[in-house]
Amino acid sequence: MSQRYEIRFSGAGGQGLILAGVIMAEAASIYDGKQAVQSQSYGPEARGGASKSEVVISDAMIDYPKATVVDALLALTQEAADKYSHDLKEGGVLLIDSDLVKKVPAGNFKTVAFPIINTAKNEVGREIVANIVALGAMVALTNVVTKESAEKAVLARVPEAFIELNKKAFQMGFDKAVAAKA
Amino acid sequence: MAKKVAFLQGNEAAAQGALYAGCKFFGGYPITPSTEVAEVMSVELPKVGGKFIQMEDEIGAMASVIGASLTGAKSLTATSGPGLSLKQELIGYACIAETPVVIVNVMRGGPSTGMPTGPSQSDVMCAKWGTHGDHAAICLTPASVQELFEETVRAFNLAEKYRMPVMVMPDEIVAHMRERIVFPEPGELEVIDRTAPSVPPAEYKPYDTRFGDVPPLAGFGSEYRFHVTGLNKAEDGFPTTKATLVQAEEERQIRKVDANVDDIVQFEEYLCDDAEVAVVAFGSTSRSARFAVNEARKQGIKAGLFRIKTFWPFPEKQIKALGAKVKGIITPEMNLGMCTGEVKRVVEGQAPVTGIFRVDGEPINPGQILEKIKEVK
Repeated sequence: MSQRYEIRFSGAGGQGLILAGVIMAEAASIYDGKQAVQSQSYGPEARGGASKSEVVISDAMIDYPKATVVDALLALTQEAADKYSHDLKEGGVLLIDSDLVKKVPAGNFKTVAFPIINTAKNEVGREIVANIVALGAMVALTNVVTKESAEKAVLARVPEAFIELNKKAFQMGFDKAVAAKA
Repeated sequence: MAKKVAFLQGNEAAAQGALYAGCKFFGGYPITPSTEVAEVMSVELPKVGGKFIQMEDEIGAMASVIGASLTGAKSLTATSGPGLSLKQELIGYACIAETPVVIVNVMRGGPSTGMPTGPSQSDVMCAKWGTHGDHAAICLTPASVQELFEETVRAFNLAEKYRMPVMVMPDEIVAHMRERIVFPEPGELEVIDRTAPSVPPAEYKPYDTRFGDVPPLAGFGSEYRFHVTGLNKAEDGFPTTKATLVQAEEERQIRKVDANVDDIVQFEEYLCDDAEVAVVAFGSTSRSARFAVNEARKQGIKAGLFRIKTFWPFPEKQIKALGAKVKGIITPEMNLGMCTGEVKRVVEGQAPVTGIFRVDGEPINPGQILEKIKEVK
């Protein structure tokens, strides 16, 4: 892969999407030995408002750090799905939370849907790990970083007491995406 | 031993660069999008015997770094546009009192409080003309996380070497994005410390030109006693209105930078040798430009990139030479023509200069630049 691969994590401020992007980029850059840049844009609010975190991964030097045509997009809210799906590339992947994105953006891309936040809340046990559930799913859907590297990157970022919780969240997201894709 | 690597944010890298350079004092007032610089310094400075203080406002913060620097501590503050405006009075003080300080200013939308989380490149003129009076200016505009680390080290070096304030101005994109950084080993990058006085305390004068245009600076509070003022001063540091002294002092301060432009100015030329169209850009916009130049080359257009690393002093002779050999110059920037005006000034009509300006909080994307390259070629 010498070309750019572009991933966008979007949703509302406070959902941990910037962190999800950081972990994805760290998996690529530190553990997989690729080039990666993570950037973000968000409103002045600490919570709410549309928020996005972008990751560009490549084997070659990355110049423009933002997305140009998005290969894979996560949208955790309807607002994010509406606002950020316009530059999703043909044949790309769209992952949405099936409870929160009812109006699925139209386009020539593959849409994968499952209740991401509900999975975190009721199956993993804490809503706060929804970003890690989503990350696990994005790792499964994009194949751009190895699962091992992504898991290492997750664990390096979380406090000791929450390692099991995050492991579970990551694995559950990964498995659900594989099942939903099939 | 393998070098230490990390996946760092630009602002974090600036703080790490300051620590590498030996910074021992941070005085600041938090402001988006620069706050992470203060955050890291507040955690790290106590570990190296340094001091961190959050002041009552940006003016106080600027005053605190001047005071700390005069005692001998390499000093840093970090801010963004509105804070930079507030600091201007004291930046002038640092200029006239010839005090080494480093100011990291992360550019967000303006004027006034503008767009706090939106990227911009509209503070570059404020770096030179923000404070009143004739004074020299050094302003560095890094384009990557690694470079933000390295340029912060260089900013300290220049501040100490030339006894003056130096600004590091990443745009919000460079300051907030994350990339892999390879930490230089101690000693790998040059670290310059200020020259200590060689005369005994009784003979010491803080602006003693027998030692050249950059007189040695003693530590305030040591056995060396001296006077510091914002007024035009004689060599002993006390105010003077004597015409010949004031004229000479002002000219010397400008000369510190003017006579050393080649030591200070850094730039990068990419595919410029045979270029017919040159893009002149800085900061994150230069990364869009590089993408566009590569695309143009794929389409058979001879495009090149001149990346400004040192915005002040402006790379005048290099850009003038560029203007003499290309058919056209394109200047994309996240403001309404600040760099474009400088490029036009130095190119002196040798080649048409076409700007691309954006102030809507969005970066200039490679497509916009490519389109313009095709128009100009």
